[in-house]
Amino acid sequence: MAQVHLRNVVKKYGPLEVVHAINLDIADGEFVVLVGPSGCGKSTTLRMVAGLEAISGGDVQIGGRVVNDLPPRDRNISMVFQNYALYPHMTVRENLGFSLHIAKHSQADIDKAVNEAADILSLTPLLDRKPGALSGGQRQRVAMGRAIVRDPEVFLFDEPLSNLDAKLRTQMRVEIKKLHQKLGSTIIYVTHDQIEAMTLADRIVIMRDGHIEQVGTPLEVFENPINTFVATFIGSPPMNLLDGVVKDGQIEFADGTRLPVPPGYFTDEGQAITFGVRADNIMPVGHALPRGEHMAEVEMTVDLTEPLGTETLLFAVLAGTEVQAKMLNPRPVHRGERMTFQIMLDKCHLFDAETGDTQKK
Amino acid sequence: MATNSNHNLRRQMLKVAHSLGLFFAMMVLCVPGLWIVLNSFRPTVEIMAKPPVWIPNELNFDHYRAMFGGIGEGGVPVLTYFANSLVISVTSTVIAILIGMAGGYAFARYKFKFKGGIFVGLMVTRAVPGVALSLPLFILFARVGIIDTHFGMIIAYVALNVPFTIWLIDGFFRQVPPELAEAAEIDGCTRWQAFWRVEFPVARSGIASAGIFAFLTSWNEYALASQLTRSTTSKTMPVGLLDFTSEFTLNWGGMCALAVLMIIPALILTFLVQKHLIAGLTFGGVKG
Repeated sequence: MAQVHLRNVVKKYGPLEVVHAINLDIADGEFVVLVGPSGCGKSTTLRMVAGLEAISGGDVQIGGRVVNDLPPRDRNISMVFQNYALYPHMTVRENLGFSLHIAKHSQADIDKAVNEAADILSLTPLLDRKPGALSGGQRQRVAMGRAIVRDPEVFLFDEPLSNLDAKLRTQMRVEIKKLHQKLGSTIIYVTHDQIEAMTLADRIVIMRDGHIEQVGTPLEVFENPINTFVATFIGSPPMNLLDGVVKDGQIEFADGTRLPVPPGYFTDEGQAITFGVRADNIMPVGHALPRGEHMAEVEMTVDLTEPLGTETLLFAVLAGTEVQAKMLNPRPVHRGERMTFQIMLDKCHLFDAETGDTQKK
Repeated sequence: MATNSNHNLRRQMLKVAHSLGLFFAMMVLCVPGLWIVLNSFRPTVEIMAKPPVWIPNELNFDHYRAMFGGIGEGGVPVLTYFANSLVISVTSTVIAILIGMAGGYAFARYKFKFKGGIFVGLMVTRAVPGVALSLPLFILFARVGIIDTHFGMIIAYVALNVPFTIWLIDGFFRQVPPELAEAAEIDGCTRWQAFWRVEFPVARSGIASAGIFAFLTSWNEYALASQLTRSTTSKTMPVGLLDFTSEFTLNWGGMCALAVLMIIPALILTFLVQKHLIAGLTFGGVKG
């Protein structure tokens, strides 16, 4: 087990800088998820930790030692790849034992470790098959088994679930979380799927364009997004954002609709502002959670509905922008129906319209 | 019902037509080969007969006996030619495969300056017909003093085969996902071990097929060999076939017998590697 520290880590491809001096401290046994849209540098960052990409600047430390120039084999890490990267010419048993075989462990040791890992991941009946004869989920488990057998200080996962279908993905997500609880090892996990990030992580690192935008626990980044990018990236459906101007202590939108400034925010008169509200905090009257202290009511026309069973998503237009609202205790809603919605102001967010950063409280 | 039986009939007819087509295609391919084998076993009278005798009346080993016999009895130094062919083909194939692996891997995995240009350049060398090279090569080899040597032939065949092996092996390494080598490196391999333990075995089938091509090219090559070999010290089997021609006669039977000896090793090799080719071409380590 080990801590991982990134200090001003830079990655350049020729003149192009793709990761800009990022800093990150990962505690021993912590499950950290790097999340962001494709091309944000999260995979590159992971590969720099693994030693598969040379770093162009800064320091990478694993377990207290600087590993900048160490080859991957000397970093005491394991990695699970998106396409699994199982050795197709070896059986599952040989795949699992490969690292120990290379390290010249005795056959007895190898067998013991392989059987143990196979047991944890219920791979025992598959040990003598080749990867070609396995299903996607089984291959995924073999890839994880291969990582476990090495007993590394740090596990690295590079989008390990993106090749699986939705059902299997949910299942494997739970298995990975259980595995972490069982092994207690440090894990760095890369994904573009914010639901994976939310469900798995002890801490989420949200990246964009080679910068770290925000680091925090899933609830922290969900409840207090640092800017509009994080606000729309984390959470499903994404946070509704409406542009307006502060006037007479209220927010006025383009069509003249006014809403009170959410409690706790400082605003300047005439300031351009972005108002953010999640679908969970804008609900039709009678279908909402118990009334809070700070509420606002708006009338909207419903364009489209997405029934999800326990709740229904309503698409409606507020102040010229399409917003998504949520209806608990669903009932059938027809298109064009006009409804009154309650907005829970104390759960709403304000961002500076120019910078996109959260407004000071 | 009527349309149904019509369709059935049409399917049957198509099946027959399909079989007939295959039969004719196979005949065109196989008859020359079979004719060579047949002629090597029958007397010259029958070979020369007009109209041709399709069903042989008599089969014997006379041509083979004569070929292995003394110089005066129509014999040729078959074993020497065979040994020459074997040494030259195997050595040049091994070298071409080693260079092809290094080159193919480099083209498949690394970025470097003028990569596209170098690749096209290599391919262009294949566009020059071998015969066109024979005279310049003859002069060059004669000056350097490697004419009529195994060494000279091996160099010529390596040069002939390397562009092709690089091109083929490059294609096969491209099919091996780079993550395999990365996974191996994380599993404790050096770059070198990752190649030999993971990438090479996975691309093995492709390398084997490149090997067959290179071997057969060298084994069957005539145009260059006929110029660059002079005596029994380096003559290969295709060139040896010419020993059966004299000023006024052509010993067809002897030629066919030697040709059969040439075909056998090539056939055996192809059969041996073919099994391997099919077995190896199952990629399954990555998604799919």
